[in-house]
Amino acid sequence: MRALLVGLSLLVAALFLASLLTGPADFGPLEGLAALIFGGDGPVPIVMHEIRLPRAILGLAVGAGLGLTGAAMQGYLRNPLAEPGLIGVSGMAALGAVIAIQTGLSLQAILALPAAALAGAALGVGLLVALAGPRGGSVTLILAGVAISSLAGAGTALVLNLSPNPYAANEIMFWLMGSLADRSMLHVWLALPPMLVGAALIRTTATGLDALTLGEAAATAMGVSPSALRLRLVAGVALIVGPATAVAGAVGFVGLVVPHILRPWVGARPSALLPASALGGAALLLAADIAVRLVIPERDLKLGVLTAIVGAPLFLHLIWKTRSGGRV
Amino acid sequence: MLASVRISDLIRAAALVAAAALPAAAGPQRVVSMNLCTDQLAMLLAAPGQLISVSNLARDPRMSPMAEQAAEYPVNFGRAEEIYLMRPDLVIAGEFESGPTVSMLRRLGIRVEVLPPAESIEAIRAEITRMGGLLGREPAAADLLARFDAGLDAAGSREDRGRAALYYANGITSGRGTLAGAILESAGYRNIAGDFGITGTAKLPLELLVMARPERLVTGAKWPGQSRSEAILDHPALAAIAPATAKVTDRDWVCGTPFILRAIEALE
Repeated sequence: MRALLVGLSLLVAALFLASLLTGPADFGPLEGLAALIFGGDGPVPIVMHEIRLPRAILGLAVGAGLGLTGAAMQGYLRNPLAEPGLIGVSGMAALGAVIAIQTGLSLQAILALPAAALAGAALGVGLLVALAGPRGGSVTLILAGVAISSLAGAGTALVLNLSPNPYAANEIMFWLMGSLADRSMLHVWLALPPMLVGAALIRTTATGLDALTLGEAAATAMGVSPSALRLRLVAGVALIVGPATAVAGAVGFVGLVVPHILRPWVGARPSALLPASALGGAALLLAADIAVRLVIPERDLKLGVLTAIVGAPLFLHLIWKTRSGGRV
Repeated sequence: MLASVRISDLIRAAALVAAAALPAAAGPQRVVSMNLCTDQLAMLLAAPGQLISVSNLARDPRMSPMAEQAAEYPVNFGRAEEIYLMRPDLVIAGEFESGPTVSMLRRLGIRVEVLPPAESIEAIRAEITRMGGLLGREPAAADLLARFDAGLDAAGSREDRGRAALYYANGITSGRGTLAGAILESAGYRNIAGDFGITGTAKLPLELLVMARPERLVTGAKWPGQSRSEAILDHPALAAIAPATAKVTDRDWVCGTPFILRAIEALE
């Protein structure tokens, strides 16, 4: 368990460094790192500080947030299909962000953007938890998730199509698939503080989630208050997924793949899965973001494309296992 | 600023002189233009009453330098039906007009001339002459052309003003083969797009733009509403490389018409 966390931390650190050193600008890794740490004149420090550093930080934070919320939602809903991207929580956050941007709210108050995305995410996850609950019914969860995510996707497309801005309609792809291209430190400052608060809240749910594995009644008998647990979970997920989606779009499958891969390594204990999933999510998203810059660098390939290529087969595998009886 | 006023007066005077001349005798009598750029050339060259409709975009002050003049013409939205009902004897379209509309108008027996977008000074000169020929207004076209050349001599710069970059939403830049590139070059700037082998319109990663360190930055205009595509124009890295020298492209940059003289002057 400790070895796993140390190994994952080293992997995340290496990928963070690799993300800082990946880009079209032609300078050596040592020159780049020196400019990052010591600053100085010329264009290299600007590239490192204003372009690559925010991208790497957001890759780390968004990935960690998606991994963490995926593990927490799967723990609470007791269902391995629960994932913010698939069941519409990210989609609702994107809808909130798009509304804030297109109504001009985000120009009047800069915090309106993460706040609106947070409200959207809270609505999405609140609806899901109310509909599916901690009983682990797959059908309810999937039906509710499909309904919420198609509604959110349609709403996002509608708002962007109605925009007077000629570019807006082309951005549906960004909001559905996510990208970290050309984000700035401003986006880091907008997203990071609420995400940290959300992560702290999710951390407090760890023991409650462990107790819940024994069933609702047993958990209540062990002193876990179901309503308090639910409230902290919904708030934590919204605080993480909302701001992350507002700056990076809806990146799917991270919260599905990572907990699934890591669950056997932590003895299926939700409390241990939370930190491991956060690290694993950060590693997956950083790797995907490095890949989009290496594979077809001139095309701004969307992050969600890569995570879906990895995640969709796994999702089908999970459905298969769920279908053939028994819980996964 | 003074010079800019002078040149636009020049253009307007040319238009007035041309318009005051004898009405077209041999040329078409009911001309419809359905493209923002041909709208402007047609308004500059047509005889009174000869041009009966311009496109709706010609009235948009964000894109059309002749929005006020366009208000005096009925507008069309580029639909075959409405244009047919205007009973034109010549329709002038741009290359970006919808193919089905143009072919339907031709099937209905209307003469449609398609003009390619002018992406260089030479192309603009050729377009003025061609429009004059289409309208049967050769003397007016020769007059406008002479004034355009005089304006180019006055506005163009032979000295080297340094390296400049064009940068638009989605991180797009324009090379020397585009109208914006031609404007930049006429104003005496060296376009950094050439350093990357870009002659047309292509994506230039923000990192490479920063590394190229242009001395002058010309960015695309913002549209109402907001978009993530345009957010790159507010990126702090852009502000860091080109402090206080940013110029925004406007309606004088959209079409290959004599109005690019104002864009060239504004850069100097």
